[in-house]
Amino acid sequence: MRIVVAGAGLAGWRAAEALRAEGFRGDLVVAGAEAHRPYDRPPLSKGLLTGATGESTLALSDSDTEVTWRLGNPVAALRGRTVVLEDGEELDFTGLVIATGATPVVPAGLNRPPGVHVLRTLDDARALRADLTGRVLVLGAGFIGCELASTCRDLGLGVAVADPLPHPLVRVLGEDVARRVERLHRERGVRWLLGTQVVRFLGTDRVTGAVLSDGRVVRADVVVIATGVRPATGWLAGSGIDVSGGVRCDEYLRVLDESGAVVPGVVAAGDVARWTHPLLGAPVRVEHWTTAALGAAAAARTLLHGPQTPFDAVPSFWSDQCGLRIQGVGLPGRGEHVELVHGDLAGDKFVARYSAGGRHVGSVAFGLPRQLALERRRLTSA
Amino acid sequence: MNVEVDPVLCESHGQCEFAAPEVFSLDDEAVLHIDHGSVASLREAVHRAARACPTRAIRIAE
Repeated sequence: MRIVVAGAGLAGWRAAEALRAEGFRGDLVVAGAEAHRPYDRPPLSKGLLTGATGESTLALSDSDTEVTWRLGNPVAALRGRTVVLEDGEELDFTGLVIATGATPVVPAGLNRPPGVHVLRTLDDARALRADLTGRVLVLGAGFIGCELASTCRDLGLGVAVADPLPHPLVRVLGEDVARRVERLHRERGVRWLLGTQVVRFLGTDRVTGAVLSDGRVVRADVVVIATGVRPATGWLAGSGIDVSGGVRCDEYLRVLDESGAVVPGVVAAGDVARWTHPLLGAPVRVEHWTTAALGAAAAARTLLHGPQTPFDAVPSFWSDQCGLRIQGVGLPGRGEHVELVHGDLAGDKFVARYSAGGRHVGSVAFGLPRQLALERRRLTSA
Repeated sequence: MNVEVDPVLCESHGQCEFAAPEVFSLDDEAVLHIDHGSVASLREAVHRAARACPTRAIRIAE
């Protein structure tokens, strides 16, 4: 009996831990693309760059959980009931957890002089930390981009953020709340380059700036590309698994093939999984920490005990920016109407409730965790 | 079963309150309170709360 966990991030680790906790005593192999044991990613865009969070506090794994590691050796292919690693090792399995996460998307056609970074892994964060100086240009005003902008200001660095959309985080938060985020950062000295994107970087030995789509030139000593991620499914090509928009799963996180049939003994969790959410009624892929943490345990239980409980965790996120904690629950980005139920947008503490078609679809809180917990309960009982 | 929350690690995210509201609750100052009396009857919810904690502040001793 062998279970292979493909991926050694939060989801992979939590799956392994849950498999042992649920009584699996066979061979348990965790294969990861990175050389590191599982670690927590949220501090990489924040405390790890400022030095407020030490690397030693990131570790997720402990020695109590007996696991055979294959690190720095990514999964390369799935052939029937065998996982092939990059170095050629073949691992036959009775069970497989797909938790390969996601990888940064870099805009096509952009040159990459030295000094242009991405931020996903610990090694990315170390390289960026060693390079952070002067004026920073961030591409992408999503969570990572906004957190990076905030971190740069904490470090006293100049920072500009470019994004083709008119407001930061507008897809997630909607226009009204996104404008609040925009102001929050502007007041801390972040320069927004919204409604525009980088068409070319300047510099050859070292990046010196960028040319924007509106013709402007921005000087920069360091660039970080934070324009999103895509699910890491390349290794599943030819396996027959449905990888459209992520690894397609049913409501129990059982993986489906291209004909929609359950692949026996294969489950998925974390950023890579796109599953039929029993409450949201449509397949969703959620890149939030809590979805990975809870989904991995659910997937492990399905693998060992069969389909018993649908995975119905409501998406939930947090983001620390400019000294404020932004928390959200549900799918506020799908909201058509926003109502302020605590505070107002002029202040630092408020709760916004989002609805579509008269139904509550999500809520976002600035600095009010207690009120968000109540919103979450309201959302799930609706 | 005993549950403890590390006050240094806890950042009042409120995930535990959502997972097990009978056990964990934030007050209006976002300080976390634990009802130890109801822990034993809500084992699964308490474990879910621990898993959902972004700062891994909840320790469970069986």
